[in-house]
Amino acid sequence: MPVESVFPQLEALLPHVQKPIQYVGGELNSTVKDWDAADVRWALMYPDAYEVGLPNQGVMILYEVLNEREGVLAERTYSVWPDLEKLMREHDVPQFTVDAHRPVGAFDVFGVSFATELGYTNLLTALDLSGIPLEAKDRTEDHPIVMAGGHAAFNPEPIADYIDVAVIGDGEQAVLEVSEIIRAWKAEGRPGGRDEVLLRLARTGGVYVPRFYDVEYLPDGRIARVVPNRSGVPWRVSKHTVMDLDEWPYPKQPLVPLAETVHERMSVEIFRGCTRGCRFCQAGMITRPVRERSITGIGDMVDKGLKNTGFEEVGLLSLSSADHSEIGDVAKGLADRYEEDKVGLSLPSTRVDAFNIDLANELTRNGRRSGLTFAPEGGSERIRKVINKMVSEDDLIRTVATAYGNGWRQVKLYFMCGLPTETDEDVLQIGDMAVNVIAKGREVAQSNDIRCTVSIGGFVPKPHTPFQWAPQLSAEETDARLGKLRDKIRGDKKYGRSIGFRYHDGKPGIVEGLLSRGDRRIGAVIREVYERGGRFDGWREYFSYDLWMSSAAEALDGTGVDVDWYTTRERSYEEVLPWDHLDSGLDKDWLWEDWQDALDETEVPDCRWDPCFDCGVCPQMDTEIQIGPTGKKLLPLTVVK
Amino acid sequence: MQRVRLRYTKRGRLRFTSHRDFQRAFERALRRAEVPMAYSAGFTPHPKVSYANAAPTGTGSEAEYLEIALVQRRDPEQLRALLDACMPDGLDVVDAVEAHGSDFSDRLEASEWELRLARVEPETARAAAEAFLAAETVEVERRTKKGIRTFDARAAVLALGVSPAPGAPPGRSPGPGAGTVASRQDGADRPGEGGCAILRLVVRHVTPAVRPDDVLSGLRATADLAPPVPAAVTRLAQGPLDEESGAVTDPFAPDRDAVPEPTGTGVSSAGTVPGPTA
Repeated sequence: MPVESVFPQLEALLPHVQKPIQYVGGELNSTVKDWDAADVRWALMYPDAYEVGLPNQGVMILYEVLNEREGVLAERTYSVWPDLEKLMREHDVPQFTVDAHRPVGAFDVFGVSFATELGYTNLLTALDLSGIPLEAKDRTEDHPIVMAGGHAAFNPEPIADYIDVAVIGDGEQAVLEVSEIIRAWKAEGRPGGRDEVLLRLARTGGVYVPRFYDVEYLPDGRIARVVPNRSGVPWRVSKHTVMDLDEWPYPKQPLVPLAETVHERMSVEIFRGCTRGCRFCQAGMITRPVRERSITGIGDMVDKGLKNTGFEEVGLLSLSSADHSEIGDVAKGLADRYEEDKVGLSLPSTRVDAFNIDLANELTRNGRRSGLTFAPEGGSERIRKVINKMVSEDDLIRTVATAYGNGWRQVKLYFMCGLPTETDEDVLQIGDMAVNVIAKGREVAQSNDIRCTVSIGGFVPKPHTPFQWAPQLSAEETDARLGKLRDKIRGDKKYGRSIGFRYHDGKPGIVEGLLSRGDRRIGAVIREVYERGGRFDGWREYFSYDLWMSSAAEALDGTGVDVDWYTTRERSYEEVLPWDHLDSGLDKDWLWEDWQDALDETEVPDCRWDPCFDCGVCPQMDTEIQIGPTGKKLLPLTVVK
Repeated sequence: MQRVRLRYTKRGRLRFTSHRDFQRAFERALRRAEVPMAYSAGFTPHPKVSYANAAPTGTGSEAEYLEIALVQRRDPEQLRALLDACMPDGLDVVDAVEAHGSDFSDRLEASEWELRLARVEPETARAAAEAFLAAETVEVERRTKKGIRTFDARAAVLALGVSPAPGAPPGRSPGPGAGTVASRQDGADRPGEGGCAILRLVVRHVTPAVRPDDVLSGLRATADLAPPVPAAVTRLAQGPLDEESGAVTDPFAPDRDAVPEPTGTGVSSAGTVPGPTA
């Protein structure tokens, strides 16, 4: 049964919308497979605008992995901007994929990748535009299975009513396993309907099906327990972990968009996971253990990717790129290879130490040395012990001295505000640190032309971290604290003008906090916001704090809980957390001990170089951290002239 | 240094590519194809590419032009085929010549356009075109960065008429640039078949430029022609204008007619570098 392209209807709308190119597809390395030759069909969505969603590595990887598989087809879809949404509703054009412009409602699986919770309203828009009932319970066998993935899916409870399944962890193998189960079920003539296929998925132990779990509440509003309501459904759902990255060198053929996107470069993931143990960092906790791609694997991916895309810049991605056991050889090898080819190399997410300056120098042999970025995260020595960011102010000053001495002229420092136990004094010390950086820079560079930019984000406690029990700082207190720091920096006659200060107000953080640590009752809030027109909550020009607060007041009325209860309330050891039945591999008692260590200002070193601290991940996965060195080097490539 | 001129298209859905989008895609194709580009001097060197008179976003084209500078000689046709293979389908590189003379943009005197008006009867369109041509001047407005601008859309229009039958190849003026248009592939994804008028328009390049959109505004103003579906507009050709026949001719003709072996024309190093890879 062929599925018609909706492009003819869409095309008539495109002259009336902004940047129509984002809706037409046709990207280099995109794939359109024969609909009828596939028996499992996926529509993959990144629930934000095309310019943000297209470069997303997760979607790109799964798109390629699925399309390589015989009999499986995957296409992509992104959130449409409100101008097109309005026209689509007026002209009855459904949510479409950009590859073959097929209606999303015709696929078997609608997989949505949530890097952040702020995409939830966009999920509802896409479901509605697809003609898929918003609530999973209203769907029939004819509707796609709506699947959530990505880091936010580690607590999918706020969207539990709107998704059929959630998969946590690495998607590469998981999507193929899910495809096989759906394929078999369809081949058997769909026995037992939608319920049966969901049950088969749930029984694998690696697919969370919210409808098979009942949540019971205590009179005070806390969760009493979460219980499976079907036999064979596990009490806890485990995450997926790809153990050998060299076996999964994706994306092999990165998508090259015609439209301009937020990352105009190719990315190669050099390792997954992080064991630095920064207590605020959800990504570092839920992606354990560390798994490195080998130096030769990295070299191959860079080489093939550049040939397949024509990009001018390669980003070596990971959560802390300088921690790769052979990063020095990787950087030098790549810099040697591409010295003549005007290929830029970048190393995002690096830690504060002098070794990084050597790396940065290596990667900018010919280029301009403009700015270096470091993330001390906390302004005072004390607060850095709380968050386990093991860097001293001396380290930082030594590092920036080296940087300025090597010709770098600008340093950008990232911090957070609202960390557990934080006081005004901790935040005000950010200003002192910036002053010390400038002073050292002027001394080393023998010049007053030195800049330091301080960039501050509000801290949001996240599930599966030691701070999952912590109270979040209210928006008002965050704003007051940042106001004091601003006044201090502006008031500094000698150095203030060399310090740039960038921060966001505390309001978006409260909404993110509500969604991060929310339970199923938050679903009604999301729906209320969506129905009142909430869209694109990650965008300043669309986000409305007042809309969220008034919707929450309405939707939570009568539940006995409110926004403060979810955000600024500290949780106790005994409390059942909404995500406890989703197993990230971390031992909850270890997380609690680490939370207590945080309150005691006790640091915990990195287990790559120090003994194991029993976070629980390795024994559960029956593995160990996977790092080099391999001792191999990158060989020069044969130059074809 | 060798200069090569290329003709490229914006077909089907990729007509929504903006000029900036095209530039990025083309420069990536140059890298994939490992074209030995000449780079500009300076802190951030750029490959030397000059673009001429790009069609607006949303309009298709069979005749867009650019010129690139190379540090090693390449056979233009092999270079064209290689670049075409490296570009997305729809942005097709369809013709190439070695450049002679530096007056290329001056050669682009006029454009021939096709305007497909879905759900408009050809007779209605014919009457509107006649009313437009009969007018002395046709004042139209266009929104620019500086606000609404009013100008005459009539004087630059050299020809405007209805092409014979929908679906059939459009009535075309002769000229070497015209022959390759037959392979157009965008018919399949056009909206609303049924009554469809196809207008053929020849416009002289003047300042301010008169675009097909302005002529459509003029048709609305003079004859109340309001297509229910946005017009699908395609540039069929641009180049020197044959004043006698009114035809738009091939801008590459002077390059093709030039002496084939350019000895002593500034490419004196030709003998010392390897020839095109066979």
